[in-house]
Order: sequence, then C-alpha cells, then structure tokens
Amino acid sequence: MKKNLKYNAIWLAIAVVGYVLIYALEMVGVIDQFGETTLVLIGINIILATSLNLVIGFAGQFSLGHAGFMALGAYSSALVTQAIPTVGGFLIGLLVGIIVSGIVALVVGIPTLRLNGDYLAIATMGAAEIIRIILNNLKITNGPAGLYNIPMLANWGTVYVLVVITTLIIVNFVHSRNGRAVMSVREDEIAAESIGINTTKYKIIAFVLGAAIASIGGALHANYIQTINPTDFGIMESINILIIVVLGGIGSITGTFVAAFVLGLLDMVLQNFGTLRMVLYSLALILIMVFKPSGLLGTWEFSVRRLFTHKKAKGDA
Amino acid sequence: MALLDVKNLTKNFGGLAAVSDVTMHLDNNELVALIGPNGAGKTTLFNLLTGVIIPSEGTVSLQTDNGLQVLNKQKPYKIAAAGMARTFQNIRLFKDLTVEENVLIAMTDKNKEGFIESVFRLPGFYKKEAALHEQVVELLSIFKMENQLDTLARNLPYGAQRRLEIVRALATKPKILFLDEPAAGMNPEETADLTRLIQQIQSEFHITVLLIEHDMSLVMNLAERIYVLEYGKLIAEGTPKEIQGNQRVINAYLGGGE
Repeated sequence: MKKNLKYNAIWLAIAVVGYVLIYALEMVGVIDQFGETTLVLIGINIILATSLNLVIGFAGQFSLGHAGFMALGAYSSALVTQAIPTVGGFLIGLLVGIIVSGIVALVVGIPTLRLNGDYLAIATMGAAEIIRIILNNLKITNGPAGLYNIPMLANWGTVYVLVVITTLIIVNFVHSRNGRAVMSVREDEIAAESIGINTTKYKIIAFVLGAAIASIGGALHANYIQTINPTDFGIMESINILIIVVLGGIGSITGTFVAAFVLGLLDMVLQNFGTLRMVLYSLALILIMVFKPSGLLGTWEFSVRRLFTHKKAKGDA
Repeated sequence: MALLDVKNLTKNFGGLAAVSDVTMHLDNNELVALIGPNGAGKTTLFNLLTGVIIPSEGTVSLQTDNGLQVLNKQKPYKIAAAGMARTFQNIRLFKDLTVEENVLIAMTDKNKEGFIESVFRLPGFYKKEAALHEQVVELLSIFKMENQLDTLARNLPYGAQRRLEIVRALATKPKILFLDEPAAGMNPEETADLTRLIQQIQSEFHITVLLIEHDMSLVMNLAERIYVLEYGKLIAEGTPKEIQGNQRVINAYLGGGE
C-alpha cells in the first residue's frame, strides 16, 4: 500500500516538474509564441493518439474514424462556449462533447465492432465521413464555412492538465479489471470467451472510452485554434493520428508520447524547408518504418515501479 | 441427477455429420475420458459443449445453482459463466500478457472493481487488487508456478504453458473442466506429473473433468468412465476395463493383435 503511494507520488512529481519546466522556459523566453503553439498541438495530438492507441493497441480493433469523434468534441465545445464564453462554459462544452461522442461511438460501435481487420477500418472510416458530412450540412454548425470567433478558453496549461488527466485515465484503465479484459480480446477472442469474457462488451467499452477522450482533444483544438470547419476533421486527420500511434509503437503509451513529440518537432524544424517539408516528413516516416517496423518503442512502457525494482535488484547483487 | 446432460447432439458441416446423435452425461466429481481415432469428432464435440460452434440438433443442459440450464445456442462466455471451463488442443494463452494477468482475466467476473474506482486509483482498488493477487498466487502455487507471476506467457516452456491454461480455466471456478489433449507433446515423465495433477485438481476442487487424450496409459489410469467416438458416433461407453475388452473399440482404435 505504501509502495503504491510512493509510485503515485513520483508520477505526480514528474507531472509538476514538467509543468514548472515549461512555465520557466516560457518566462525566460526560450519558448516563444511559435514554440508554445507547437507544444499545444503536440499535447492535443497526444490526447488524440493515446485514445486511439487504447482502441488499436489495447483492444486490437483497427479504427480509422478517430477524427469523427474529435469533430464532435470540437463542435460541441465551440457551440457551448460561443453561448457561454467562460471557463465554466468550457467545462460544460467538454462534458457535452464527451457525452455526444460517447453516445455516437456506442451507436457506431455496436454494429461495426462485429467486423474485424480491414472491414472494421473501412466501416469506422465511413462513420467518420458521415459525421463530417452531417456537420457540413447542418445550419447550427454553419455548414462548410465552419465556426469562428470561438472564445480562446484553452492555453498550454489547460492542455497540459488535460494531457495528464487523460493519460492517467487510459493507463489506469488498462491496468485494471476492465482493461485486462480488453487486452484479452486483442490476444485471443476465442480463449477470452472460454473464460467468461463478453468480448463484444469490452470492445465497445474501449471504443466508447477512446471516442470520449478524443472529443476532449477536439474541444481543446476548437478553443485554442478558435476556428474550425468540417475539412479539419477528414480522413487525413484520422490518418495523422494513426501515424503517431503506429510510429510510437502500437500498444505503447510511452511510444505515443515520444512519437507525438518527434513528429511535432520535426514538423516545426521543417517549416524552414518550404515545399520540401512534406517530402522530408514523409521520407522520415518511411525510414523509421523500414528500420523499426514495430514503431519507435514497440510495446515498451516507462515504469517508475520497474525503475525502482531494477535498482534494488542491482543493489542486492 | 446428472450434472451435465447431453441429448442427441448433432453437428452437420454441409453433408458431413461431424458429430451425430451423441447422448452422454457427466456426474458430479467424476473423471471421464473421451477417446477415439483422429478425426472422430472429439474436439468438435468439445466445441459444441462449450458453445464455440452451435449444434445443428440436440440439447446440452447443466445443473446449476439456479436449476437446470439449457446451454446450447448460448454464447461461449455465458456457458463459461454457468460453470464450464476448457483448455485447447493448440494452446490459446494470452501470449503477450504475464502469467498473473492471464489468471486475473479469468477472474473478471468475480472482480468487483468499479470503473471510477480503478481509473482514479481509489483505496478500494488497491484492496481488491491485493485480494485478487493473493488468490492468483494461491492457485498458481498448486501448480508450482507462483515464482513466474511476471513472466510473459509466450516465454514459458511448453509444459508450463499447458499448466497455465489449466490454471486459467480453474480460475473461473468451474463445475466441469474440459481438457483437450492435455498431455499432447509431453514426455512420459511430464505425462506422469500431469496425471497426478489432474487427480489432485479433481479431488481438491471437487469438479468434474472430461478429457480428450490419446495417451492410453493416462486415460486408463485416470478415467472412471470412458466414451469412445468414431466417425462422430458414440460406439462405446464404460469403465476402462470394459472398454479395453470391447471388440468394436479394439477394431476402431486400440488396435487388434492380428
């Protein structure tokens, strides 16, 4: 019991130190406005990619429709904060986005999660397109022009705190009763059923949780960028999120963090190369996939507990 | 009253009757073997009983705490929850998870952790996890595997993988345990160990065991009753002695001394 408290305290310390570090760098002027925007976009990508990693890496269900749920979060939060432009409004917007996204994931998931592999990928991609086209045609979402003048209620601090909270939820979920059942579905569905796991139920739980967290990423996007329109949430956005997951290592949350940073910084550095930027970016992806097909970190995870037990083992020896 | 009652169970694959008109029963705390030549339909029969495939005809009913329960056309996870656990001929462990996780997953139904409790790591979560951990260690120690809690299932030696699959099945607290060729690929020494283990399981957990096996020394030593299957049909039923003397079984499977 005391050990658990110690590990949790260390994690909290890491989170606080990270916050203070960014704050200090910003004060000193090492991180300028451009750097801050890059950090925020990295943070939003971490939220989106870890939630997709839950669905792909831990539940083993290949979904290509993550941008759809991000869109639901973005539009919910944008509409609510335009009506109530306060922090409270932002929280209500987040909540509305989570609920809408969760319900849509449930409705989409029940029929499509019976499929597997490529079929599921195409079905989820279709679902996300339907969401985008509905947003494109509704009056309340202002059609193809989208929403603008969304109050800026998210800054890098908000993003940082939400990255910490969503990662905490996902990691703790994975290492609990429900999360283990979800992983058993990925490992072997027939064996999971044979020991009493309702595989459909756990696939849906993972899918809905992933969608709800993606909507948080969408809400932050809307309230930081301040303008959104349906083209922001097309198939390319789903693929961008997928690239982070695959690059970091399917099934590794640590890998997702590393990949989001690597790609974010790469993107920033390559700004100076003009039109060559996308070529270099793609080339980097190809090289990583050729030399490390399991992703940067494979399924490796950073663990405070292992760090300590390792040290202890070395000390004993 | 039989614990498990199987009546006229039939499965047709196209025109082929893989299992046809099988009527059998299992009593409480009994060790029964199912033997027969390759392709006789033994594994298909297991799959029918545990719901992996749906029977064309016939009924499977289990005596549960809530009275007689008809199991055919139920989903496998419901059948497992009713008290039927199994192992597989070609081992199906959760290979990239640890030994402990493999067993913990089998206890999902008994685990009462709530979503909020586990996501925010409230004190109740640690209490429940610790209690479960103790149960896992206790169960694994029967199989002398308590030192391998953190080993990935894929890194276990073959014999240990087979044992872990049995532990995982037992962790669901079944009434009936189905073992599909538990001794396949084992040397005589390992087979002898396994024989003792199966006896120990049956007496310690008070459960019924139905096993498919080709190793006749194991079957004849262990089984109280034997069913013999050939071309999907039951051709004999009886004690090991009766089966060894049965002319049809000798012709079909055990091999006559011409």
